[in-house]
Amino acid sequence: MAAAQAVEEMRSRVVLGEFGVRNVHTTDFPGNYSGYDDAWDQERFEKNFRVDVVHMDENSLEFDMVGIDAAIANAFRRILLAEVPTMAVEKVLVYNNTSIVQDEILAHRLGLIPIHADPRLFEYRNQGDEEGTEIDTLQFRLQVRCTRNPHAAKDSSDPNELYMNHKVYTRHMTWIPLGNQADLFPEGTIRPVHDDILIAQLRPGQEIDLLMHCVKGIGKKVARVANPRLDTFSREIFRNEKLKKAVRLARVRDHYIFSVESTGVLPPDVLVSEAIKVLMGKCRRFLDELDAVQMD
Amino acid sequence: MEEDQELDRKISGLKTSMAEGERKTALEMVQAAETDRHCVKFVLHKEDHILGNSLRYMIMKNLEVEFCGYTMTHPSESKINLRIQTRGALPAVEPFQRGLNELMNVCQHVLDKLRIKKQAEMLESTSSKCLLMLIY
Repeated sequence: MAAAQAVEEMRSRVVLGEFGVRNVHTTDFPGNYSGYDDAWDQERFEKNFRVDVVHMDENSLEFDMVGIDAAIANAFRRILLAEVPTMAVEKVLVYNNTSIVQDEILAHRLGLIPIHADPRLFEYRNQGDEEGTEIDTLQFRLQVRCTRNPHAAKDSSDPNELYMNHKVYTRHMTWIPLGNQADLFPEGTIRPVHDDILIAQLRPGQEIDLLMHCVKGIGKKVARVANPRLDTFSREIFRNEKLKKAVRLARVRDHYIFSVESTGVLPPDVLVSEAIKVLMGKCRRFLDELDAVQMD
Repeated sequence: MEEDQELDRKISGLKTSMAEGERKTALEMVQAAETDRHCVKFVLHKEDHILGNSLRYMIMKNLEVEFCGYTMTHPSESKINLRIQTRGALPAVEPFQRGLNELMNVCQHVLDKLRIKKQAEMLESTSSKCLLMLIY
């Protein structure tokens, strides 16, 4: 009886000891345990699998996936972090930058700004294509010049009073529609997600004048998008000597808590769906390759 | 014998298309000499742990597979080596294909479950809104 229980625990629980974690790896592969049928069974998976949504609002989603293995859950997490496509500034054409922020630093900052445009409506830009067409590029203009405020008080030292346009925010970015984009996207829908992100600071006489090209890409090139977190257990109980012996902390191996926070471009549930579709796309790609090879 | 020659031809066919300068192939099959087709190493280009680990798990769940493992050759090179060894005379391509199909089915099922959940949530929120409107 105890042996059977121990085997069950080894198969399905990750044990948190005082100084280390045991039974971390999945071991339920066919042949490892006698008396268990561990071969893959889609029906059994579908029967045991469930999704429970804990909390959902427009920017964050917390849900549980039960009955799935670490390998696949981790694949979803990694895709959410790095491979869901988004629109972001990639190329910056600087006409004039007399600010104290160097061109490349400014360009880097601009690339990190989340752009409110649904990436599913755009195509990837062809490699080597310099100009960009209306189906793969968004153009933004940023033109700010800082001047001295003539109506400021004589002895004021507050920059907000002394200077005009000395802080460059994302609300200063204007969208320049290409081709038929003006018809497809109503006024005001293509913009940075937040309009109060500080891009740079200026002083009188300094100016920033640049054009940005925004293309579809995945986070592998520029890191952005959601932040799934994994829950951690408190292990405080191990400090207490008496309770130590009485308590056994173990986690169910196939129960995963996902906490997805979106940058605002796409709602988090759409992000999760897109991530799953990315994994399916990868599988399909190799299946097609296999078919192509076998056809020859 | 004929089949081995055919496989060698396929592999060389893949290699020549690569040599032509266009990196179209995403998949290579390398086979150790003198073994049957049950022991094959696949090289998957432009892939990493995302597909590697999940595919390895699905392939290991296959009864016929004796060994399955993957490694990244080097972190700065984006490709993985996936090695499959089957128990009997089953060609290794079969568990590979089956693993890909099963992974796709898993993803499809997860997607469907999520969609159902989202619809249920929306239905709940709209029905509670209707209830509130009725009360007022």
